[in-house]
Amino acid sequence: MARVVVDVMLKPEILDPQGQAVQRALPRLGFEGISDVRQGKRFELEVDGPVDEAALARIRDLAESFLANTVIEDFTVRVDEVAEAAK
Amino acid sequence: MTARIGVVTFPGSLDDQDTRRAIRIAGAEPVALWHKDKDLKQVDAVVLCGGFSYGDYLRAGAIARFSPVMEPLVEQAKAGLPVLGICNGFQILTEAHLLPGAMLGNDHLHFICRDQKLRVENAETSWTGDYRAGQEIHIPLKNMDGRYVADAYTLDKLEAEGRVAFRYLDFNPNGSLNDIAGITNEAGNVVGLMPHPEHAVEPLIGTGRTDGLPFFTSILKKLVNA
Repeated sequence: MARVVVDVMLKPEILDPQGQAVQRALPRLGFEGISDVRQGKRFELEVDGPVDEAALARIRDLAESFLANTVIEDFTVRVDEVAEAAK
Repeated sequence: MTARIGVVTFPGSLDDQDTRRAIRIAGAEPVALWHKDKDLKQVDAVVLCGGFSYGDYLRAGAIARFSPVMEPLVEQAKAGLPVLGICNGFQILTEAHLLPGAMLGNDHLHFICRDQKLRVENAETSWTGDYRAGQEIHIPLKNMDGRYVADAYTLDKLEAEGRVAFRYLDFNPNGSLNDIAGITNEAGNVVGLMPHPEHAVEPLIGTGRTDGLPFFTSILKKLVNA
């Protein structure tokens, strides 16, 4: 078993009202100096078997066709090294 | 002979009954389609109705897009089958890439429900022939994820080709770019919009007018005269 993490973020040019709402709440909580917040999604995929190039390629296809909508979102795929090392 | 118009029910669809009723009032025969159907029962057109298919999980329409029924639908829509997507149906059509762009959460982050004034910009599609271009209509709008976005190139192309089918008038309820309420594909057979014409087909309910009925009479005329 290994964990692969897919991070999905709205493209920079797409307005993120949720991120803005979070950013505007920060001063009320005493957090100063944060000029922008963007909110995204993180998927943790527990993969059976080895995470080789073929497995990563399949996950990239999955991310591109399903987990992210590439019209509005960018994504990254990476093996979770920390989860790996802890085993 | 009348036209048979399919209405797909996904888990979480809400407006399938109202949509079938609107089709019946227009004089066509509604055909219930199920998300697990692998064929479209030889219908002449399909409506993807409003609701929250699969709870809008992941993204609105993102999971419904991979339902078994969508496989023949996408294939036949590309070959000319008339398809209308209302609200969640519009979101499914963008997720399935039958229409360009994408739908995001309303810019004010709230659910919105109101009588919305629209301008019909394109009266040439399969679903808008009974309107006049420039006609102003009132249609109920109710959604969480109604903000239409597309890149600048796509927006310019839609505008240049007259493919913005409906535009919000007086008030942009969700932050949609260019006040876009609905669009059509290049061929004019696939149309999607956020407001709900199926809720405005009888004087007693909806906006108190029947401004949504022409969607359903348009497609009926088109199919029967074909």
